[in-house]
Amino acid sequence: MSARAGVDTVGHGGVQRSEIRGPIDCDVHPTITSTRVLAPYLSDFWRDSLVERGIDSLDSISYPSDAPITARPDWRNHTDEVEQLCTQVLDRWDSQGAILNCLYGVQLVFNEDMAVAFARAVNDWIAREWLDRDSRLRASIVVPLQNVEHAVDEIERCASDRRFVQILVLASGEMPLGRRNFWPVYAAAQRHGLPIGIHAGSAYRHPVTSIGWPSYYVEDYASQSQAFQSQVASLICEGVFAKFSELKVVLLESGVTWLPGFLWRLSKFWRGLRPEVPWVDRSPLEIVRDHVRLTIQPLDAPDDPDTVRRIIDHMRSDDMLLYASDYPHWQFDGDRNMPPGIPTDLVRKIQVDNPLATYQRLNEDAP
Amino acid sequence: MARHVVATTKEIPLGGRKLVEVAGRPVVVFNLDGEFFALLDRCPHKGGSLCAGTQTGLVESSGPGEYHYSRRGEIIRCPWHAWEFDIRTGKSRCDPRRMKVRTFPASVAPGAELLQAPPAATTFAVTVEGEYVLIEA
Repeated sequence: MSARAGVDTVGHGGVQRSEIRGPIDCDVHPTITSTRVLAPYLSDFWRDSLVERGIDSLDSISYPSDAPITARPDWRNHTDEVEQLCTQVLDRWDSQGAILNCLYGVQLVFNEDMAVAFARAVNDWIAREWLDRDSRLRASIVVPLQNVEHAVDEIERCASDRRFVQILVLASGEMPLGRRNFWPVYAAAQRHGLPIGIHAGSAYRHPVTSIGWPSYYVEDYASQSQAFQSQVASLICEGVFAKFSELKVVLLESGVTWLPGFLWRLSKFWRGLRPEVPWVDRSPLEIVRDHVRLTIQPLDAPDDPDTVRRIIDHMRSDDMLLYASDYPHWQFDGDRNMPPGIPTDLVRKIQVDNPLATYQRLNEDAP
Repeated sequence: MARHVVATTKEIPLGGRKLVEVAGRPVVVFNLDGEFFALLDRCPHKGGSLCAGTQTGLVESSGPGEYHYSRRGEIIRCPWHAWEFDIRTGKSRCDPRRMKVRTFPASVAPGAELLQAPPAATTFAVTVEGEYVLIEA
């Protein structure tokens, strides 16, 4: 998938495509319609348990299937989702690659053993039924964070397949992601050159807002950015980036425009509260510029190009944004896959250069 | 730059501080282990009086969970937003290159010397027996 090398890829249906140097789509979602899909990838015990216990679905209420955000109307009906993604998203916008982030509810399960069984099944399903079908596809490793040892084992099991380019966790889990409990995961991530992708969503161990449970889905979805803020603060203040100096974190479907204001606040208060976290030896603003990346859908900005330009300017970095369609989530209509107002000279950086700089495994040729 | 006598050494004991006025400006004088340091008493952030702040040490870290605490009493924290300033250099801890409080050279001179070469200003009588803190401003 190297931008310099220009790789031959096989589109669905065996069509040869060459010299594709289009965008790298850093956030697309394969849908698991039923636990039955995973049955071939489960052990006999868990396969029978699906039937005997009536475990039909691990769908999360983070993306209720009928909610408008969950799928664009023109992406709802398909007989073959791999084909739909490859034609409707990759071919459509000439993408040279896409990273699959599977949001199935593996992280919601309380039983640690069931969680690891499903995580393994999901990762094997992705490898066999997605990655094997189109050489442009890459994926994140779904990890059962319920048990850090299990999560590290799953990373070790999958990392040798170089098509896995990231480790996927949810924005809201059992506890803040900076806590040292999780550090073996970050050590594994750094060891294998895998960014940590934090995606919107919750394991529902806690209310989805810091003030308690909201009544409506719109509140749940909109408040995801609060969780991202808390995770960014946790990772910085607990010293994750001081300890793992090579680690990259990608905020997926986080929205973007909240970041400058939040960083201003965090950096301002760090100036007075620095002695509490002496390992944070430079402004959080600088740490985020070095370690944190964000996908551009949703951007959370009006269509006015001047406003968008000012927001991008506030980030004070050209390196932080990564192109994403957020397929099949309904973030935009038609072919408006780039938000209006992104400066022309930034488009290639966002679409190609920044993804390649963030995901070192994308610079390797397809296996 | 003129020399100003601002205090007797006895007025600012070890670890002590005194707020004085020098050429119309508020200046805080610290005694660190017998060495005197003078800072403009106005935080470069919002103007808080550093003299009213807490004197503390420098906490550094070689990694998460590591606290290296040194130079006790050599850091002054502004009482308003707790920004730390190095009393020896005036440099802030959060942004030492760009954010610093103005410093003034401070020294000690015996009264006998001051009586021979009178400084620009003094608010009290200099005697031949005494020792005095001088600030250049």
